[in-house]
Amino acid sequence: MKLYSSLTKKYIMSLAGLFLLTFLLVHLTINLLILVDDGRSLFNTVAHFMGTNVFIQTFQWVLFGGFAIHILFGFILQIANWMARPKRYDKKAISETSFFSKFMIHTGIIILVFLGIHLADFFVKKIGGTVPEIHSGDLAGIEDMGILVLEKFKMGGYVLFYVLSLLFLGFHLDHAFQSSFQSLGLNHDKYTPFIKSLSRILAIVITLGYITIPVCIYFFK
Amino acid sequence: MDLKLKIWRQAAQDAPGKFVMYPIQNISSEASFLEMLDILNEQLVAKGEDPVAFDHDCREGICGMCSLFINGKPHGPDAAITTCQLHMRRFNDGDTIVIEPWRAKPFPVIKDLMVDRTAFDEIIQAGGFVSVNTGGVPDANAIPIKKRNADLAMDAASCIGCGACVAACKNASAMLFVSAKVSQFALLPQGKVEAKERVQKMVAKMDDLGFGNCTNTYACEAECPKEISVTNIARMNREFLCAKVS
Ligand code: HEM
Ligand code: FES
Repeated sequence: MKLYSSLTKKYIMSLAGLFLLTFLLVHLTINLLILVDDGRSLFNTVAHFMGTNVFIQTFQWVLFGGFAIHILFGFILQIANWMARPKRYDKKAISETSFFSKFMIHTGIIILVFLGIHLADFFVKKIGGTVPEIHSGDLAGIEDMGILVLEKFKMGGYVLFYVLSLLFLGFHLDHAFQSSFQSLGLNHDKYTPFIKSLSRILAIVITLGYITIPVCIYFFK
Repeated sequence: MDLKLKIWRQAAQDAPGKFVMYPIQNISSEASFLEMLDILNEQLVAKGEDPVAFDHDCREGICGMCSLFINGKPHGPDAAITTCQLHMRRFNDGDTIVIEPWRAKPFPVIKDLMVDRTAFDEIIQAGGFVSVNTGGVPDANAIPIKKRNADLAMDAASCIGCGACVAACKNASAMLFVSAKVSQFALLPQGKVEAKERVQKMVAKMDDLGFGNCTNTYACEAECPKEISVTNIARMNREFLCAKVS
């Protein structure tokens, strides 16, 4: 696609990626609420708010757009990269490099598959109105998203699949965050080492954060 | 020492190529890698066979002509040297050495291990120069330049255009080369005048020629015989973005 230069494609990709990262943090914060009260009322209240608030509902389309752009440009860049070397080396290149950067398309595709299954499990059910309703108490009448989560995370296979997928998300993010700064030309003797460390910390915090939830539910609830 | 050389042979640009095994005996560990190939070629010529074509010129690490992808690395196993500076003491008796040409769509093989690097010249022709009239020789101190910028420009200018960055990159991207050439001008007053047009033209040319994109993997920096830093790539990303939005 000659519509954008290679650099512009990377700017778009990295901005979309950074935007998705903020979404991951918000989503994680809300998910963690399910661990803090056994009655799930806090989680369900927030889930209900997210599902009905006009601003959030509108913004949701921006989020889908962000995913679409990031994924589309990811594939466009990757295909161009493969085409740039039609004849491969016999002896695989062994240069010292940042490991995860070589597998961005692979970790990305795993995230994409996870995303599809994840949306089918929660988002589609919610839109389709097949989530059980709460019958009593203050929250009577709203969907019990919490029970959906608890049911899923009581299944060992599902927990394993979730944990593994999130590990690959972590691998993606480890390279991704600091890479987007380089792509945008934001490089500095003083701050770049800090951003590289932050990239690893973010990847670990986000991955562990998400993983904690199914593991806690499976073993302790 | 005795070695086995697994070398890519290809008669012409559009001829199909294949690997051929050449056993070679009694190579001194003092010999340079290219001298070792010279010895092989003399033996091939004596037998009436076609010698292996490979690029080289200065043989002292400054011209950028030598290439060769040796055992999975451009310019062989040592860091920060060109192939002509590589010596056989880096290998062991009995080793098999795999020697391939640079692999990238914009660098077609001309013959055997020789590739056509005209693509780099085309990128330079697209804008890698200063065309403003700088007049007669000014007083050396008339234009103050920060020591740091002078050093960074000098470091960028040490790129010899060998193409190892493209050869090493998993995407066959030319970003390290182009960014070094953009930086050496962008950092200095005379070069700043045309900086905006220059970066846009050079990047457009790089894209047109079919080089890959940058995933910030940094194999280029690891393999560069002149240790050009990837901070040049960040600088080019910044220069290009500023040029586009202003
Ligand atoms: C929430 C999920 C995701 C986040 C937060 C995220 C974030 C990022 C970020 C910040 C980058 C760095 C961009 C740069 O180098 O400038 C990146 C690179 C990349 N992402 Fe994602 N990403 C996500 C999901 C995906 C998915 C689903 C795919 C599917 C194909 C994908 C494919 C890629 C690829 C191929 C690259 C490397 C592009 C390149 O440099 O050539 N990502 N990601
Ligand atoms: S032959 Fe000139 S750099 Fe190697």
